[in-house]
Amino acid sequence: MTSALGKDLLGLEALSSEQINLILDTAEPFKEISERAIKKVPTLRGSTIVNLFFENSTRTRISFEFAEKRLSADPVNVSSAGSSVSKGETLVDTARNLEAMRIDMVVIRHGSSGAAQFLAERIESNVINAGDGMHEHPTQGLLDMLTLRDHFGDLQGKRVCICGDVLHSRVARSNIWGLRKVGAEVAVCGPRSLLPNAIDEFGVTVFDRIEDAIEWADALNILRLQIERMTGGYIPSLREYNRVFGVTRERLSRAPRDVLILHPGPMNRGVEIDSDVADGEHSVILDQVTNGIAIRMAVLYLLAGRNPELAESAKAAAR
Amino acid sequence: MPSRNSTLLDARAVERTLKRMADEILELTGGTDDLVLVGIQRRGVQLADRLIEVIAASETVRVPRGALDITLYRDDLQTVGPRPVVGRTDLPWELDGRKVVIVDDVLYTGRTVRAALDELADFGRPSRIALAVLIDRGGRELPIRADIVGKTVQIAAGDRVDVLLEEVDGKTSVMVTEAGSA
Repeated sequence: MTSALGKDLLGLEALSSEQINLILDTAEPFKEISERAIKKVPTLRGSTIVNLFFENSTRTRISFEFAEKRLSADPVNVSSAGSSVSKGETLVDTARNLEAMRIDMVVIRHGSSGAAQFLAERIESNVINAGDGMHEHPTQGLLDMLTLRDHFGDLQGKRVCICGDVLHSRVARSNIWGLRKVGAEVAVCGPRSLLPNAIDEFGVTVFDRIEDAIEWADALNILRLQIERMTGGYIPSLREYNRVFGVTRERLSRAPRDVLILHPGPMNRGVEIDSDVADGEHSVILDQVTNGIAIRMAVLYLLAGRNPELAESAKAAAR
Repeated sequence: MPSRNSTLLDARAVERTLKRMADEILELTGGTDDLVLVGIQRRGVQLADRLIEVIAASETVRVPRGALDITLYRDDLQTVGPRPVVGRTDLPWELDGRKVVIVDDVLYTGRTVRAALDELADFGRPSRIALAVLIDRGGRELPIRADIVGKTVQIAAGDRVDVLLEEVDGKTSVMVTEAGSA
């Protein structure tokens, strides 16, 4: 095996629970590097990584860039605006041109589901999916799981409810697949217009009332209401959404236990989440951001290094 | 094939050796002031703990113990591939001006120590860095030597030296396994 993960990280659906736990375990020691005065280790020195972003995402791109730089890799950021992508170049041509410049990895964010896999099948470099359409956002799912694990220790049997716009959310899919593999119980809660038609096939519990979800859950992962996509008549109004599905302190106060609050960001305060919940004592929203860098360092590390035969013989010869 | 194991040090010999090493460390550093022992993951950490116990018994001072995992500083990631388990690095103090003694179980090629020196440099500028190893088995590939050695022995390339410690392995001994044996 090239590494315990293979060449690419495209999604959590295809990973085993062992592979997911390997990434989470590997992320642990990487947390410490970001706490050092010199936040850098030489592990990926000389590796060139292209962050190929066809959609805007400041947070994810910066998180990847920090992870790459703290591993001493050389990142280059390419965004669709202002590149030849806007002149009509295809995805594969863009990537092949980059590869001709001798790169090692591509981190891709793309508006089309399956774009990362499409690319991975056509280039030699390692490909990391940083979000493809409505499909997956594996590193976000992993950092959510790491944050939950920090708090609960073991995720086996823990109840996590994903709230809000599940329909458009790649974060939701990565979370559902990832969490179920490591033994957590997963539910979703949101207006039926924002749940996929085939939600029953995901093996999750469905709550129509946020109050029921709060009563059931150990943790809520509250998705961003993608306001830019709300022109299709999915919900009557933002105010109405907040009144029915908003996570408020008042609603949380009736929970039988403390409920951990996650949000992948950016937040719409006063829509899906109230400010006093976002900033409340059970919120781990900023821990998610910190953990994001450790997870991405772990993934970069595990995908790097690629000479399988040599690896086996070197391991045998060591000691 | 019959395995050809031999015991280089038994549990009591390891204990005696550590006592002598602890004395030599104190001689080298002129006492426990500003002294920090830093074990290299994994067994160097337990050896550092044991040395600290020995020092505490004679000096009534508990020297701080750090841990270094050098996995991320290796020079063979591209050839060997990622090691699946990266251990914890734990150096919670300012190292500037302190005397650091790196502790490891076996000194062989010197590449681990090279990596440890690089990692320490990212944490500060100790006034002195010394190296203490339980076993020096020869076979250096870099210009590195230990300041304090428990036992020096020439072991052929390909043969293995395993330091077993009660805390990790359930028993303490140093074993040599010859190449070709299981």
